[in-house]
Amino acid sequence: MREARASPNLAAIFVRESTILNRMEAKTIRFIRRGELVSVANVPPDRTLLEVLREDLGSCGTKEGCGEGDCGACTVVLGEAREGKLDYKAINSCIRLAHSIDGMALWTVEDLAAEDGTLHPAQEAMVQCHGSQCGFCTPGFVMSLFGMYQNHVCKNEPVTRELAQEELSGNLCRCTGYRPILDAAQQMAQLPPVRVDEASLVSQLEELAHKRDAMPATGAYLAPRTLPQLLAARAEHPGAQIVAGCTDVGLWVTKMHKQYGQVLDVTQVNELRRIEHYDNHLAIGAAATLTEAFEALVADRPQLKTFANRFAGLPVRNSGTLGGNVANGSPIGDSMPLLIALGAHIVLMSVRGHREMPLEAFYTGYRQNLLAPDEVVAWIKVPRSTPGELLRAYKISKRYDDDISAVCLAINLTVKDGVVQRASIGAGGVAATPVRATQAEAALAGQPWTEQAARQAGTALRAQFKPISDMRASAAYRAEVLGNLMQRFWLESQGLEQINLERFVMPASEPASTPWIAGQARNDNAGAPA
Amino acid sequence: MNAPEKFLAKPAAVKTATGHSHFHESARAQVAGAATYIDDIPEVKGTLHAAPILSTVAHGKLRGVDTSQAEAMPGVRAVLLARDIPGDPILATFVHDEPIFAIDKVEFIGQVVGVVVADTVMQARRAARQVQLDIEPLPAILDPREAVKQKNFVLPPVTVRRGEPEHGIAKAPHRLTGSLEVGGQEHFYLEGQVGYALPLEQNNWWIYSSTQHPGEIQHWVAHALGLPNSAVKVECRRMGGGFGGKETQSGHIAVWAALAAHKTKRPVKLRLDRDDDFMVTGKRHPFAYDWEVGFDSTGLITGLKLMLAANCGFSADLSGPVADRAVFHADNAYFLGDVEIVSYRCKTNTQSHTAFRGFGGPQGMIVIEAILGDIARALGLDPLDVRRRNLYGIEDRNVTHYQMQVEDNILAPLLAKLEQTSTYRQRRADIGMWNAKSPVIKRGIAITPVKFGISFTATFFNQAGALVHVYTDGSVQVNHGGTEMGQGLNTKVAQIVADELGVPFDTVRVTAADTSKVPNASATAASSGTDLNGRAAQFAARQVRERLAQYVAEKQNCDPKQVIFAQGQVSTPTAVIDWEQLVDDAYHARVQLWSDGFYKTPKIHYDKHTLTGRPFYYFAYGAACTEVAIDTLTGESRVLKVDILHDVGHSINPAIDIGQIEGGFIQGMGWLTTEQLVWNDKGYLATHAPSTYKIPATGDVPEHFKVELWPEANREDNVGGSKAVGEPPFMLAISVWEALRDAASAARGGQAVRMDAPATAENVLKALKL
Repeated sequence: MREARASPNLAAIFVRESTILNRMEAKTIRFIRRGELVSVANVPPDRTLLEVLREDLGSCGTKEGCGEGDCGACTVVLGEAREGKLDYKAINSCIRLAHSIDGMALWTVEDLAAEDGTLHPAQEAMVQCHGSQCGFCTPGFVMSLFGMYQNHVCKNEPVTRELAQEELSGNLCRCTGYRPILDAAQQMAQLPPVRVDEASLVSQLEELAHKRDAMPATGAYLAPRTLPQLLAARAEHPGAQIVAGCTDVGLWVTKMHKQYGQVLDVTQVNELRRIEHYDNHLAIGAAATLTEAFEALVADRPQLKTFANRFAGLPVRNSGTLGGNVANGSPIGDSMPLLIALGAHIVLMSVRGHREMPLEAFYTGYRQNLLAPDEVVAWIKVPRSTPGELLRAYKISKRYDDDISAVCLAINLTVKDGVVQRASIGAGGVAATPVRATQAEAALAGQPWTEQAARQAGTALRAQFKPISDMRASAAYRAEVLGNLMQRFWLESQGLEQINLERFVMPASEPASTPWIAGQARNDNAGAPA
Repeated sequence: MNAPEKFLAKPAAVKTATGHSHFHESARAQVAGAATYIDDIPEVKGTLHAAPILSTVAHGKLRGVDTSQAEAMPGVRAVLLARDIPGDPILATFVHDEPIFAIDKVEFIGQVVGVVVADTVMQARRAARQVQLDIEPLPAILDPREAVKQKNFVLPPVTVRRGEPEHGIAKAPHRLTGSLEVGGQEHFYLEGQVGYALPLEQNNWWIYSSTQHPGEIQHWVAHALGLPNSAVKVECRRMGGGFGGKETQSGHIAVWAALAAHKTKRPVKLRLDRDDDFMVTGKRHPFAYDWEVGFDSTGLITGLKLMLAANCGFSADLSGPVADRAVFHADNAYFLGDVEIVSYRCKTNTQSHTAFRGFGGPQGMIVIEAILGDIARALGLDPLDVRRRNLYGIEDRNVTHYQMQVEDNILAPLLAKLEQTSTYRQRRADIGMWNAKSPVIKRGIAITPVKFGISFTATFFNQAGALVHVYTDGSVQVNHGGTEMGQGLNTKVAQIVADELGVPFDTVRVTAADTSKVPNASATAASSGTDLNGRAAQFAARQVRERLAQYVAEKQNCDPKQVIFAQGQVSTPTAVIDWEQLVDDAYHARVQLWSDGFYKTPKIHYDKHTLTGRPFYYFAYGAACTEVAIDTLTGESRVLKVDILHDVGHSINPAIDIGQIEGGFIQGMGWLTTEQLVWNDKGYLATHAPSTYKIPATGDVPEHFKVELWPEANREDNVGGSKAVGEPPFMLAISVWEALRDAASAARGGQAVRMDAPATAENVLKALKL
């Protein structure tokens, strides 16, 4: 969702904000922290959680590194009671609206150590492994580690190096080179365990929810709990800014300095948080987080796991929603090319009823779509995998993790008896909107699946799209790679391995290297008179 | 993997504090969110916030500024422009060429024209964008080669020449010419630039600044306010990263905050938004190179002519010494007998590029490594053999092109050991066979050495002071002129002082850098922090110890030399006394329990006009073996395996030193792979946030990433036998780039490879076709 960075370019710098917004009253935010109820009143609807923490509550342990959800220094952990269990999510507090945590539990880096100062294993392991140098990214790493501790260590799941890399990819460190932090992630389970008293926290949260449900969704920050409430609110307040995770709108606030007098948050709508499994399709609610949505997609199509992990960093996937990403419709958002290749449909709803269309038909221009002022994105319907389906999603970016695609290409072919029955290809980064590669599809449909056919499809891709040059890549590179990715797809379809660095396995031909003993003997001379 | 001690092992009973991997003195506070950075300091009542007004044009006449809309916005208290500066409107930089606020012209997009002061951060930032600038655009120069053509320089060109390079090239059996472009690098300290200025009584000032150089902040602020230095106190407990980016660049922020505080008579904090930080502050200098080299059939260089064009941005800042250091390190580890190096300091309409870890050293070294790699491929030799063939000698071929004898060269045995432990030869053969069968992916491997000169090239900077205070309960406080930016300086200084006094590490606390404690301190830069400040602190502690020894000796009737301070106890041939008891006794006997210490580096001298002398006290050495893979369809790459052998002398703290080596290597890898600064044709920096500027993330670190420390002590007399470690490992990452070129060459059947840095996927793919 925040894949389309609203960069504060200079044009934006001179956007004049002519209206001083007439602010409505927003209700008091209530959440549980350190086992106690915290109430914060008179918070504007567009104030970020980080601002509330640092400026209103004086909790300065949580840092701002970038103000756009890319560095992770501001990471905090949220807890939500769902079906009687606690659900823990590390998120970026710098682009999260404070009101969105109403009714949840919150942990910041200041909340982990025991009263007597004993550090939590996530903290102690960082100390023991020399995981902090300048220390400014450290609170964010500690909170991502705490999230991993709750989600894995407490469930007796091992934290492997691979898992640590995946779940820490949204946290940047400029000092250590990460090795000691990855060590800390893998070592924290060895320390004396610390457990959250979940039963009492769940009951506190349920009590909080009970109080909140009794109140109508009105005011400056609307967070309806049911679909009818949402649709009514949308019809009644068409001027309210919709947020569905806020990982992009958050940047409009922090970077473009936009102000919103009223916000409509869809993420609490119970119906839209669900992911429903049908025989022929998945229906992903627009309020399902990217983490949840990708989990469902990967369960059906395991080959998408790496692609899913490369979508932003975990804290963004934990806040952002698939519905938000799709509604935003950035041409460089990664979910749309995949969904187009999968033949997904989008369902829009309003008090007037609902309508459904193929995803690519939803977009009308750069960041423009068919959504009416009283409509919301409600569901994304994704066909289930079928036998004979050849599917790959490729992302080309400067950095493997937590980057935005220069080119994204998702290819979905059904080949039967050596002939392409169906070709469905989505592309990103090559046009003003996410697009279906119709010319390449036409070049392939009904053709024998051969290297020649793949080459022709590559040519068709290059013919259909006239990408632009920007800071991510030149037009020429994008065009060349589009065709080359079709070549990669051909080779992968022929069973070739070790042709994609995304999942490259180091060849084991070399003899095992001698174990090295790092460090050196202590220095007896040090400190003696020189 | 490189954890220096077994995880969770309790430190054994140890005799000394140095030589052991003590945790960073702030680690426990950092992991608990209890370590205070400037923006975390509780704000003084009445504090206002400032935000900068940025130029939107790369070069132009500033005809007017309309602040009326901004001033009418909620919360706005003042708008400051150049006319509001009570002192000199030009910053007190060495070259004196940089206005505090743009005066009648703008010279880059992002140049600060003034600041808006408001009640809240967001009010100030919002209003700053409503200030209207009337600018008449002028032609802008964005490329250093264009600047060379137009002779547009911030400082005059410098030439270093030895022997007859033209002849050396002409007589050579083989010759090559080449050119190369190497990009800059954003520091991306996690804590952005921040300063907080508090006006005190009687026109005294207290400045909190996240800075590597409090003394310079003090001078700049005093200069801008028209006050003596003594009116300004600058304090910095720690930075959230510096890397050179807070050597001079933090000064601008502090001066702007102080001017705003001066005008409003209120405390003012200025914290740059990350995007503004990218737009405003300088970066590592991008370089362009042309070269011509002659060599024999073994790869030995017989003559070299090299041109280095440093893109300095719009002002000199530290570009002179940066470009000098590039010239000094254009030899890296190799003897260049007949050589001419021409260095241009190009003025362009971009941010004013500045210090960054390595300080021109990386930009000097990469080109000689490129040349040697090209020579090896031209001759069909193993690049390691060509590198070795050109190494400095021990008895001869041991004088640099700037006339310094290399006396401590350990590279031949160091490279031999790394070659063996990394199984380089075997792997090179294996990779060759593997590549022959791999249609899309090609692997590459390279070993490159580092020889990095330690000392500020401006000799007078190589001085330091410290204060050691022993309190009546025996606890110890040390203060020194260095700053803590995560590198562990305070930890090492505490270890050194603990050993000097024979007390446990935990007895010693280090306090914030503060110009009112140790004055006139140099920047914490040039890797020199521990060498200079550690020694100064050691000397301060030694004076206290010697006074105590004298006192004990008189009482015990022995020689002061027989008084031993160790493990919290003080012993003589006849008695043992606890440290705390001795301190208490000595206090009552009116022994001075605190002292200053001062250190200046010996042996160094340097003539800045001829660029000759002994600018460096010693060299730090190292080498890395890196293996990579590239995708020939997309140009994507991966670093697969890294083995490092690095020389830190006798390590004062192995964990901290390994942390510097690993962190420096990964930062260098970023410089040469994913970190690309892109200015568009208008001079607008299009990569101005972490969404578009990609430093390495967790997934970029190879699982096999091993670091070993060279066991020998520094051959020069340096604190604890140690060597400086901050910058040298950064340049080990040149092995990544050379390995990528090796892989690209494999994809081209062994042919030459021209690959500009950073080696983004696009640049790698381009290199496969040139």
